Amino acid sequence: MTYQFDFGWLIESLPVLFKGIRITVQLILIGAVFGVALGIACAWVRALGPKWLKPVVAAYVELIRNTPFLIQLFFIFFGLPSLGIRMSELSAANLAMIVNLGAYSCEIIRAGIQATPRGQFEAGASLAMTPFQAFWYVVLVPALQRIWPALSSQIVIVMLGSAVVSQIAAEDLTFAANFIQSRNFRAFETYTVSTLIYLALAILLRQLLAGLGWMLFPRKASR
Amino acid sequence: MTEFSFWDILRNLLLAARWTVVLSLVSFIGGGIVGAALLFLRIGGQRWARLLSRGYIQLFQGTPLLMQLFLAFFGLGLFGIDVPAWLAACVALILWTAAFLAEIWRGCVESIAKGQWEASASLGMGYLQQMRYVILPQALKVAVPPTVGFSVQVVKGTALTSIIGFVELSKAGSIVTNATFQPFTVYGLVALIYFALCWPLSKSSQLLERKLNVAHRNH
Repeated sequence: MTYQFDFGWLIESLPVLFKGIRITVQLILIGAVFGVALGIACAWVRALGPKWLKPVVAAYVELIRNTPFLIQLFFIFFGLPSLGIRMSELSAANLAMIVNLGAYSCEIIRAGIQATPRGQFEAGASLAMTPFQAFWYVVLVPALQRIWPALSSQIVIVMLGSAVVSQIAAEDLTFAANFIQSRNFRAFETYTVSTLIYLALAILLRQLLAGLGWMLFPRKASR
Repeated sequence: MTEFSFWDILRNLLLAARWTVVLSLVSFIGGGIVGAALLFLRIGGQRWARLLSRGYIQLFQGTPLLMQLFLAFFGLGLFGIDVPAWLAACVALILWTAAFLAEIWRGCVESIAKGQWEASASLGMGYLQQMRYVILPQALKVAVPPTVGFSVQVVKGTALTSIIGFVELSKAGSIVTNATFQPFTVYGLVALIYFALCWPLSKSSQLLERKLNVAHRNH
């Protein structure tokens, strides 16, 4: 192997890389917040929601969980304009991530809800809670606490999966790496650097979510 | 200009779907073999082997599959090999699958009670004998549903190989779209074909889980 590694391009490419990192972080923050919110709403429908809505949510969850994120992204960005729904690359990327995480987190949260004993529901009702209050305080919060690790890893997986949004020209970290390597012809070094940045982001995000878990679910009498 | 009928589109996509199936099978089988080797390192006695395998798993689980594909595509080229897209795709997918399978199987092995290890050790069994006669037969039962479930991720993972130019279902979708200007139909069909491949796997994973009654054994 006579290849000479060269990282001299790194300094002048830093602004491009940082812009990419910013977009990736922004995508996952928006995606995580709204995706989990959508997941909670769907989990509520499947546990307590109106009967006619249940099969719709079930179909949505199955459809998303059994198709690649790339195709969902292409469908939203290239397919929906045929129906007159047009959006920017970033909005399409955000929407795809929210829809994707929504389906996965629905399934994860539902598993947490199923592990809640039925009696707790009835106990909530006997304390004169409305069904919504009982769902929120008695069922959802302990369920979230229980499945928080699974939900955290799913959010990290969606963050790593977001690398493909570069394919619809959303200017995330991978897009930045593609741009840089097309200028410096140092593909291997460029992708090594961006891979390491993704690794750092994944570790950071995992720590952040673990910290958030500590804040949201202080260890008190509930266990 | 040629007109494309619905049937033309579907036929082309189905022909390309064969490559998705082949690539999935190669990745899954290859990943299973490498993953089993990693598993033995991960739970074996040697400290360096445990650390090495843990580092490998964290590296591959903590970076995007797309980046791994790029690195395989451009990295193998550094050794002076002319890398075709299918080779880079196979290498990256096998390594990626191995990391996840090793971690899934580690969970299964660790779910076997510690007393089983101690009991078999007290019978004078060596490490390989313990694994072969005591641990693996029990762990295998626990491992089947999540392994089948993960195969869905492998099928979906193959979609990314379209980005480095391997012509499978997703790439065929892009090519057919560019020829027909019907993205809604084409990507809709592509999604449905993926669904037809993945859904039976998801469902059988759920059924197996219920049948082997693994998930709620402790309740």
